Amino acid sequence: MTPTDAVSMPPAAARAYRRLLAAGFRQQSAYLAAAVGGLVANVTFGFLKAAILLATLAAAGGTLGGYDTGRMLAYVWVSQAMLGLINVSGRDVLGERIRTGDIAVDFLRPLDLQLAGLSTHLGTRLFTLLPRGLPTLTIGLLTTGMALPSGPAPYLLGAVSVLLATTLAYLAVYALNMSALWLVEIRGLQVTYMVVASFCCGLYIPVGIFPGWLETLARLTPFPSMLMTPVDVLSGYAVGTDALRLVLAQVAWVVVVGLLGHLLTRAGRRHLEVQGG
Amino acid sequence: MAEAGTLRGDLTAYRAVLSSRVRAQRAYAASFRLDLVGAALITVVEFAEVWVLFGQVDAIGGLTLASVMLVFGLAEMTFSTADLLVGHCDRMPTYVRAGTLDVFYLRPQPVLAQLMTSDIDLRRVARVAGGMVILVVGLVVSGVRWTPEKVALLAVTIPAAVAIYAGLFIAAAGVQFFLINGAETTNAFVYGGRYAASQPASVWPRSLVLVFGLIFPVAFTGYLPALALLDLPVPFGLPGWTAWLTPVAAVWSWLVALGCWRLGTRHYQGAGG
Repeated sequence: MTPTDAVSMPPAAARAYRRLLAAGFRQQSAYLAAAVGGLVANVTFGFLKAAILLATLAAAGGTLGGYDTGRMLAYVWVSQAMLGLINVSGRDVLGERIRTGDIAVDFLRPLDLQLAGLSTHLGTRLFTLLPRGLPTLTIGLLTTGMALPSGPAPYLLGAVSVLLATTLAYLAVYALNMSALWLVEIRGLQVTYMVVASFCCGLYIPVGIFPGWLETLARLTPFPSMLMTPVDVLSGYAVGTDALRLVLAQVAWVVVVGLLGHLLTRAGRRHLEVQGG
Repeated sequence: MAEAGTLRGDLTAYRAVLSSRVRAQRAYAASFRLDLVGAALITVVEFAEVWVLFGQVDAIGGLTLASVMLVFGLAEMTFSTADLLVGHCDRMPTYVRAGTLDVFYLRPQPVLAQLMTSDIDLRRVARVAGGMVILVVGLVVSGVRWTPEKVALLAVTIPAAVAIYAGLFIAAAGVQFFLINGAETTNAFVYGGRYAASQPASVWPRSLVLVFGLIFPVAFTGYLPALALLDLPVPFGLPGWTAWLTPVAAVWSWLVALGCWRLGTRHYQGAGG
C-alpha cells in the first residue's frame, strides 16, 4: 500500500490500524516492571554517557564540534529519553515469522503487513514515553544543567521529528526483516544492522563530533534521521532552516525506506515458499 | 563409584549437545561466515566509538588512546569469551514466556547447568579474536614495562574477568523470571556493563563507581588491570594492588549471579501448558 492508498483508506481498515495502535500501547502497559527496569537502565547509562562525553569536552578545552557542556548534556538526556522509541536492534517479530512460515497467516489477513506492523510498533513504542522517556528527561533536567531552547518552535518541530524518527526506525527494520523472504536466516544481517545503525544514528556519540569524513559518511545513511535529528532539533543544536532541512530529510527517508519495504513485500509475497505443511 | 559413573555420563551428554550445536552452526557455511563478519564488525564499531573520542584529544581521565586500547582489548576479549560460553542465557525471557523452560525442569539435571550448556555461539569467536588483537596492539604501543608480576596479573585477570561477565549474564537470566518482558532492561545492564568497562573509571561520579566498581564490578575487567600494567596511579585514593582483587570481584559476581538465579527459579511457577 502506497501513501496515497493510505489516505483513501476505507474507514473499516483505518479503524483496524487504530485498534492495533491502541493494542500495542496496552500490551506494553502490561509489563510495568520491565518499564521501571528500562527507566533505571536509561538513567544509569545517561550518567555514564554524560561522564565520558563531558570528560572529552573538558580535554578538548570546553567545546567540540559545536557542543558545549549544556548542549552535550541536552544531547545525552534527550537521546536517552528517546531510546525506548527507536528500534536499532534490527530484530522484529516478522523475521522470525518468515523463518517459521507463520508469515503465510499474516499474508492472509485483510490488512497491509507494513502498515499493521507500523501501527502496533508506534503504539508500543509511544507508550514507553510515559514510564521511561519523560521520567528520564525529567531526571536529566533536575540533576544536570542541560541547555534547552526557548520558544515553542523547536518543541513543535521536535515532536514531528520524533514521530518521523520512530516511523523511519520501524520501516527500516521492516525492510530488513522482509529480506528473510529470500535469505531465511538473517541473524548476521540483523547484527550488522544493529552495529552500524546504533553508531551512525548517534546513539553513543553525537554525529556532530565525528571526524569530518566519518560524519559525511554517516549523514549519507538514513540512520542520523532516526535519532540525531530529533535530538538536535529538540535540544536547539539545529535551528531555523537547518532544523527544517533535517526534518525534510527525515520525510524523504520515510518515503524511500517505506517504499522499499513495500516493494520487498510485494515481490516477496510471490516468492514465498512455506516449507513443511 | 556409581556417583562418578553418573557424572561422567552427564558430561558425555553435555558434550554431545554442545558438539551437535557446533556442527549445526557450521553446517550452513555461508550464513556462518556472515555471522562471523557481523560479530567482528561489532568489535570494530565499538572500538570506533572509543577512537572517535580519544582520537580527538590527548587523554581522557588520564588515559591516552594507546592505553585505552589495553582497557578496551581486555574488556572486549573477556566479555566475548563469557558471551560465547553463557551469552545464550539472554534467551531466557523467550523460554519463560513460551513455557519451554518447563522441559528443563523435567530433566534430572540442574536447570542452570542445562541452560549454560544448551548452546554455544561460535560466531562470538570473532569478537574474542578482535579483542585479543586490540589488546596485543595496546600492549605494544603503550610501552608496557614487563615484570613477572605483570605477567601473573594478566594471567589472573583474564579468567577472573570472564567469570565476572559470565556472572552478569546469569544474574540477568535470573532476574528475567520476575521481569518477564524485561530483556531490554537486563540487556542494557549486561551490554551497558561492557560499555562501561572500556571507559576510564576516573571520569565517573561516585554513584557510577558504586554501580560499576562494586555492584557489577566491570571496572576490574579492563580499567584497573590496565592501570597496573601501565604503572599508573589508581584514582579514588585506592592502593596500587587493587587490580589484584579481580578474582574477589569474580567471586562476588558469582554470588550475586547464583543468588539471582535461585530467587528466580524459586519464583518460577511454570507457564501452564
